[in-house]
Amino acid sequence: MSETASMLDHEIATPFVGGAPDQFATQALPAGRPSADPKAATFMGWRRENGRVGVRNHVVLLPLDDLSNASCEAVANVVKGTVALPHAYGRLQFGEDLEVFFRTLIGIGSNPNVAAVVVIGIEDQWTNRIVEGIAKTGKPVVGFGIEGHGDIATIAKASYQAKRFVQWATELPREECPVSDLWISTKCGESDTTTGLSSCPTVGNLYDKLIPQGIYGVFGETSEITGAEHLCRERAASPEIADKWYAMWKAYQDDVIEAHKTDDLSDSQPTKGNILGGLTTIEEKALGNLEKIGHDSRYIDALQPAEAPAKGPGLYYMDTSSAAAECVTLMAAAGYVVHTFPTGQGNVIGNPIVPVIKISGNPRTVRTMGEHIDVDVSGVLTREMTIPQAGDALIDMVIRTANGRLTAAESLGHREFVLTKLYRSA
Amino acid sequence: MSSHAAAGGGRVKPHLLAHSPQDNVAVAVIEGLSADTEAFGVITEDDSTFAVHVLHDIPIGHKVALTDLKAGDTAIKYGQDIGKIVRDVARGEHVHVQNLKTKRW
Repeated sequence: MSETASMLDHEIATPFVGGAPDQFATQALPAGRPSADPKAATFMGWRRENGRVGVRNHVVLLPLDDLSNASCEAVANVVKGTVALPHAYGRLQFGEDLEVFFRTLIGIGSNPNVAAVVVIGIEDQWTNRIVEGIAKTGKPVVGFGIEGHGDIATIAKASYQAKRFVQWATELPREECPVSDLWISTKCGESDTTTGLSSCPTVGNLYDKLIPQGIYGVFGETSEITGAEHLCRERAASPEIADKWYAMWKAYQDDVIEAHKTDDLSDSQPTKGNILGGLTTIEEKALGNLEKIGHDSRYIDALQPAEAPAKGPGLYYMDTSSAAAECVTLMAAAGYVVHTFPTGQGNVIGNPIVPVIKISGNPRTVRTMGEHIDVDVSGVLTREMTIPQAGDALIDMVIRTANGRLTAAESLGHREFVLTKLYRSA
Repeated sequence: MSSHAAAGGGRVKPHLLAHSPQDNVAVAVIEGLSADTEAFGVITEDDSTFAVHVLHDIPIGHKVALTDLKAGDTAIKYGQDIGKIVRDVARGEHVHVQNLKTKRW
């Protein structure tokens, strides 16, 4: 009691010299550290109708399209305990772009962090396609079309349904689940040279320890493998998967970068934040990025954007943009329930349904933006913390987050939900 | 790289970290590394140590040349190619966008 109280007093007294306060709590509970025996680690989650386990219990108001954002946000204002996911698309998309769109929305609704879903769309047919896709999980989902009714009647009907879902969901019990029920994604952002030295290898160490325990992992950021593609290709589980991965990487180079670039991308990749933090070239950035997959694991498939992994536990690759919110959204749509996010300069991103755990080894960022950081690994740079110790600290934070601790991004209200658009609509 | 007698295998907080013994650049990992400092560095791959006389103020996270580099040379970090040197750099100088460019795109 007194130790906790004095810690809080200290934080309140010095609000702008934060660091990552949760490091204290980790050290205060050494006996309870799940990282001490990852095989025996458990967490309290919600086992859904299809057997998957969630670490959050959201009731989601999912707009089919941009036109339905207003109704979804109105329902979220009426019914507390819901979350609306407004987005910019859903009209006149076609072909592969439309497939990615449906896979993303259905995947988000199907994610085990979501207990139940109300879908609202401008018309019934595509609305029902979303509803039927989510219903395959067995979870409660209903849809409402606006045409022929108007916003106000739709909001009223959807609000009654959302209220029933919230009251049902809030009585669902949590149960003790093995660590192997966790699907943990990763993507870094506002990287600098400290991410490649500390926070990215911290995630790699987590994967080295937890992939053998049966978790699902995933990494992506196709453009940001450039310069390390020879190393990434070698990490495939088989020559077939290596070829599948390389074709994905090459297509991104040829169809996205080469087709549209006007210079050497030095104004956007690395980003201005990356460059401020000391990263100079895409090759340097890519080599640091790839530290996130550790030393031991090989990826067993290369997934399309938002594609759910289907080859069992292990590490996967997903073809994604390197933009943080797009990538995290696609991984959430694939069914991942916890995200690990190394940052150097201090990317503040979150996600509306998946807790995003921030790891930083940059002591300046931890000092100046400590409220955004969940795991401080700056001790790696001073050689006071080893990578295995940093990996243990992250495992502990993943379990604590799964058990209900809000991440920095959740507590600060970060809900960046960004759909990936492959090309212009018709 | 020479070993640093007083370092005791990395117990002293380093000014610089390099990833691999092959690297010809290293990263400043403290704030306020100023010009004319005899900087102490550690190579993370094998815990060996080195010293370099830093000639510029180096912001945290930015790179220092560990050898004299000529335009056309390849910068090595993680033991890997991270781009081409486009302007001569002396050992101890700041390596960044003014003298290092991608070989891609």
